[in-house]
Amino acid sequence: MAETALRIVDLTKEYRRGVPVLTRISLDIAARGTTAIIGPSGTGKSTLIRCVNRLVEPTSGQIHFDGHDVTRLSGAPLRTVRRRIGMVFQEYNLVERLTVMENLLSGRLGYVAPLNAWLRRFPPGDIERAFELLDEVGLSGFAQQRADSLSGGQRQRVGIARAIMQNPGLLLADEPTSSLDPKTSVEIMALMRDAANHHSIPVLVNMHDVELARRFADRIIGLSGGTVVFDGKPEELGDAMLMQIYGGQSWLQ
Amino acid sequence: MSASAPARSPFATNWGARVGWLVLLVYVVYATSTLDFTWRRFVDGMEHAQVFLGRMFPPNFENWDAILKGMKESLEIAVLASFTGILLSLPIGLLAARNLMPGWVSWTARGVIALARAFHPVIVAIIFVKAIGFGAIAGVMALIVASIGFIAKLFAEAIEEISLKQVEAVRATGAGFMNVIFFGVLPQVLARFIGFSTYQFDSNVRNSTMVGIVGAGGIGAPLFVAFQRFDYDVVAAILIAIIAVVFIAEVVSTRIQRIFSA
Repeated sequence: MAETALRIVDLTKEYRRGVPVLTRISLDIAARGTTAIIGPSGTGKSTLIRCVNRLVEPTSGQIHFDGHDVTRLSGAPLRTVRRRIGMVFQEYNLVERLTVMENLLSGRLGYVAPLNAWLRRFPPGDIERAFELLDEVGLSGFAQQRADSLSGGQRQRVGIARAIMQNPGLLLADEPTSSLDPKTSVEIMALMRDAANHHSIPVLVNMHDVELARRFADRIIGLSGGTVVFDGKPEELGDAMLMQIYGGQSWLQ
Repeated sequence: MSASAPARSPFATNWGARVGWLVLLVYVVYATSTLDFTWRRFVDGMEHAQVFLGRMFPPNFENWDAILKGMKESLEIAVLASFTGILLSLPIGLLAARNLMPGWVSWTARGVIALARAFHPVIVAIIFVKAIGFGAIAGVMALIVASIGFIAKLFAEAIEEISLKQVEAVRATGAGFMNVIFFGVLPQVLARFIGFSTYQFDSNVRNSTMVGIVGAGGIGAPLFVAFQRFDYDVVAAILIAIIAVVFIAEVVSTRIQRIFSA
């Protein structure tokens, strides 16, 4: 197996004591390619992704990334690790009242002093890169537009560009297409895969659309009841497995 | 179909609200009865008002340089108090926001705000006049306190209503606390903050004409003196000057708001 970008060991998360959402999850994520996590609603897909960059506090276990155990970090060292982890959100989570360019540059905020950030003084290299990424995601000429004037698909393009601005060693995506129509969903997934490959960033993505996962992922992880019940290539994911992940069978017909 | 009442009521009866309205009505009647309102007094009052208004006209602008000096001082009080008060409100309001700050910080900041709001600006002005002496400084201090009480409170409430998703995204990039504030929080509340600030500036301009009555500087002192001497024509002149300044302040603050909002 190729180099490992992320190693999750025995990760458990309980929001309420004694009621685990995730139970002793262990996963190795390779340094390239797209890994999709599928599973029914409420099974902890989002929680798993958010534990990786500590937007959610894990209850126990380890998360190794960039030579650190992320679960043990806080303050400045945690922010240093977060700078290296890009994230794409279901509802894009752009800062609505800022321009597209400001949203892209916010991907560099971990490297810029507050006064310079306030005065919008970013290094010329960052600005140059932001314009290049805008071209790459197909939003040339949108730099000065405010984020709230964009359509859903355009917003997610900005979201992907913002994450790649961080120059991350890992890209997390939490249901990146769930708020989009089917056609746009495919375009966004293709963009994310191509951009990640182009910049050699491994992707860990949550999704509930099994077909989309099959089409774009190199590896699929099936999560059910807070544990991994499937881990393999898309073509290995059969109907019997899907029944086990989601339960029941009438929805498959 | 018969028009009889339906067997099941579609709306719940809110007994609490009914009792509340009834209590309010009873109290209004009671309060009116204790305050010695009579028709006779009202008619007499109208006659006094006629005499009073008659003596106000024509307004007496003979002492226009004194009026101008007082207005200038009032305006200075208002601008200084607004500038300083707004500046201080930013950090206090931020610290008071419960969604961004730990409990003990926000409750402390809320305590400061509650203290600033507890008294009317005139009472605060009296306290400052007693503490640091007559003059415009007392007025400025009093209106700074009033500005903090208003802006910091509304600013904190505005921050508590922001979308945390946008904040979360900025935080996820590894941004430090101040950068999260500058890129995740401020953009969401800036337009409203400008709105509160211009409103408070308007309010400070009006209040700055009043703190002089208790000796805290500005046009209020000559106005009060003119009242006590029954120089109602001078009173009228000063009132016209105040109206003009308040009107201009409102036009200016509307302009400012238009520049910043979009």
